Amino acid sequence: MNRPKPEPVHVIKSRREAALSWLTGGVPYIQYLGIQFDRRGDELTAVLPFDDKLIGNPMLPALHGGVTAAFLEVTAIIELAWSTLWEDMEAGRIDPAKLAESQFPALPKTIDFTVDYLRTGLPRDAYARARVNRFGRRYASVHVEAWQDNRERPFALGSVHFLMPPPPGAPAE
Amino acid sequence: MDRLQQARDFMQALPHARALGMVLQDMGAGRAVVTMDYDARFIGDPVTGVLHGGAISALMDTASGASVMSHPEAPASTATLDLRIDYMRPATPRQRITARAECYHVTRSVAFIRVTATDHDETRPVATGTATFTLERPIP
Repeated sequence: MNRPKPEPVHVIKSRREAALSWLTGGVPYIQYLGIQFDRRGDELTAVLPFDDKLIGNPMLPALHGGVTAAFLEVTAIIELAWSTLWEDMEAGRIDPAKLAESQFPALPKTIDFTVDYLRTGLPRDAYARARVNRFGRRYASVHVEAWQDNRERPFALGSVHFLMPPPPGAPAE
Repeated sequence: MDRLQQARDFMQALPHARALGMVLQDMGAGRAVVTMDYDARFIGDPVTGVLHGGAISALMDTASGASVMSHPEAPASTATLDLRIDYMRPATPRQRITARAECYHVTRSVAFIRVTATDHDETRPVATGTATFTLERPIP
């Protein structure tokens, strides 16, 4: 039996990194907050490096509640968009080398968003991971958790519902 | 210096509120109005130029906190416990966003808030929200 030779690891990595940076680099607000994404296989961890402009209450000091909300929402949207992009990329339906010239993908739209503030966001780096609980044709439900020093002690949880963009070529809603 | 000016100065002292260009327009008796100008750095969808939901959430959270601080029970400080936002429609690009919050009930240690965000069309909200905040009372 003649199996195709597996692709060299650096080719796979550079393709996946290119797709991820295309997706996250195109959204101005993600750049403004300074959010980065660590990738291990298809798993993403969002990283929010601490910056003075993220402070809400300078007396404590603590991260602004709105920053925490934005960080969770960004993580949820990117997780959802990434899982679609990942499937298309790995199935060979899109060519990451040509992403730079192509139209930025229609992003899922937030329908509603609930944040549970468990403890004060400290003036240091924060991390978040999202899990897609339901991925439908029209709706998706995503859970997201953010933590700082200790993964077992999240400082905020979020639950987000999204309206999925229509597939390319379909009439808009 | 009047109370509103004091409150404005207080908001200017909050780094993230200042970074997003938030301005306290009115505050008192458990109500607060805070605005945020459209800014290309806060875009969430590069295709349409619509602001990111996160920036609008930050504005609504700020207005909610300000409404708690303006409540007649005069809390010493407050922090968000829970925030739920429903997004009715995308904010129209290049329009200023206004968040109006009302702290409609407080207990000994919890404040309850309703908040709405609009763009220039004030008849159709962009988002509405409900929140609970902690309420720290002044030490007697």
